[in-house]
Amino acid sequence: MNGHTVVIGVGNALRGDDAAGVEVVERLNGRVPPGVVVAACDEEPSRLIEAWADADAVVLVDTVASGERAGTLHRFDAGETPIPARTLRSSTHAIGLAETIELARALGKLPARLVVYGIEGAAFESGASLTPAVEDAVGKLVDTILGDLERETCTSAR
Amino acid sequence: MAKRRTIVTDYLARVEGEGAMTVKLDGDEVEHVELRIFEPPRFFEAFLRGRSYLEPPDITARICGICPVAYQTSSVNAIESLCGVEVPEPIRMLRRLLYAGEWIESHALHVYMLHAPDFLGYESAIELARDAPAAVERGLALKRVGNDVMTLVGGREIHPINVRVGGFYRVPTKRELRTLVEPLERAREAALETVRWTAGFDFHERTVECDLVALTEPDAYAIENGRIVSSAGLDLSPAEYEEHFEELHVERSNALQSQLRGGGRYLTGPLARYSLSFDKLSPLARAAAAKAGLGETCRDPFRSIVVRSVELVHACDESLRLIEAYEEPDAPSVPVEPVAGTGYGVSEAPRGLLYHRYRLDAEGTILEAKIVPPTSQNQLAIEDDLRDVVARNTRLDDDTLRGLCEQTIRNYDPCISCATHFLELDVERR
Repeated sequence: MNGHTVVIGVGNALRGDDAAGVEVVERLNGRVPPGVVVAACDEEPSRLIEAWADADAVVLVDTVASGERAGTLHRFDAGETPIPARTLRSSTHAIGLAETIELARALGKLPARLVVYGIEGAAFESGASLTPAVEDAVGKLVDTILGDLERETCTSAR
Repeated sequence: MAKRRTIVTDYLARVEGEGAMTVKLDGDEVEHVELRIFEPPRFFEAFLRGRSYLEPPDITARICGICPVAYQTSSVNAIESLCGVEVPEPIRMLRRLLYAGEWIESHALHVYMLHAPDFLGYESAIELARDAPAAVERGLALKRVGNDVMTLVGGREIHPINVRVGGFYRVPTKRELRTLVEPLERAREAALETVRWTAGFDFHERTVECDLVALTEPDAYAIENGRIVSSAGLDLSPAEYEEHFEELHVERSNALQSQLRGGGRYLTGPLARYSLSFDKLSPLARAAAAKAGLGETCRDPFRSIVVRSVELVHACDESLRLIEAYEEPDAPSVPVEPVAGTGYGVSEAPRGLLYHRYRLDAEGTILEAKIVPPTSQNQLAIEDDLRDVVARNTRLDDDTLRGLCEQTIRNYDPCISCATHFLELDVERR
């Protein structure tokens, strides 16, 4: 395995399904091949850009809201093209994940390979736990990412 | 015939958290202005009941990803004051240093990523980064130094874990703190450059007339504690806060809005701090302010971006002063035994006054918690300002007016709820 892959889970552990990305990296902890770094992060831009600063390949995991069924898995290759996020124009928070990726692209600080996995969330209430469909998706995605990492083909699964 | 129009922004771009704005116009008449806020403190107030008096710094730090130290600090101030504990000077200084790190991080984020694009005519920081990468890099580098201060003193940058009732779990050595000197000196230069940069923006001339409310200290620009002072002459201990300020429940939002008892509007945050404590800023920060054309008070919300930049200079200067003066304390914390009663705590979050109140029983179980964040204190003043800005600019087309409204709101750096981080997607269906 190359020594420059980072898996970053994004989210807030106290807001229901928003915790999915963090949950994924918690389950990956200790199971990834040597040299792969696993980190939880909020999507604050300088921290995210810092988190992938020296990486060749980055896997980002976040909860998404697109209107699909809860637990639906999205996969985007963000190294080449922006992800189709509404946050670019109408963020619900400061600088979103999609904006951070584009900010890094504008500054030439994007890793060579960047895969974004999104787990469709359903409930985001304070203090809620993961909904069952999202919990299942977390488990599946952990296996998928482990498979990707084993094959060293994070970006060419399709 | 007067034309009716409604300007709606469902999600406010570049505002911390979720929020929405509605402005209704009938010809040149402003019928209705409304800022909707979805706010997490109510959940946390309930969550804290029945918990130990030692838990609020850890729990409340999770209310906001941008200002966790503010929540931690107001909570420990409340509990320590109830329990009759005054932390030793080195611990107080470390708390101030940690808090200054948060100011640097939060102000750099707001000035560069959220607010500057408004003045320079960009949709977002991304377009700004394409045209002016050096400026955006400078902002990110400044932010990074704030992160570093928070990580070293707070143990972790997002939700610092090192703060406890009575002090810290672990305090840094002098040698560890000295590693921050060089980065902070660079950050101070970047902050001075930030003042020069923002002072050159074009400004709409605005003056807000409401009361300004901020903490003050006798010998310092108040950050981590202080007395509550207003431009109208109030001078209160934290325990007297609720005698003079009240919260109103607003049907359209979870949020409570604050006002002076009897109905007066007031504003907390950088403009209030600056105007009430200008003489306590570091000499370098005062000089930078003068060069930027600011007077000793500033009531122009658009120029809050310059005031934040001046506070960046001060926060870097103050951090360097604290590191220079630091002596390691005998112990990282002092014991705090629970006392039955009510404790009150305040501090200056980057965006304004943050008030906490806790009622404990003799075993230290929390019976009641009250948190009044700066944004709910500022909300009525923001809506007033918005109404006036709209009234003066009814001739603008909808898009331009919407942009001006959003900028008006961003002038106040509202932290509406940064507690969710999910990504909203528009998926193309075939």
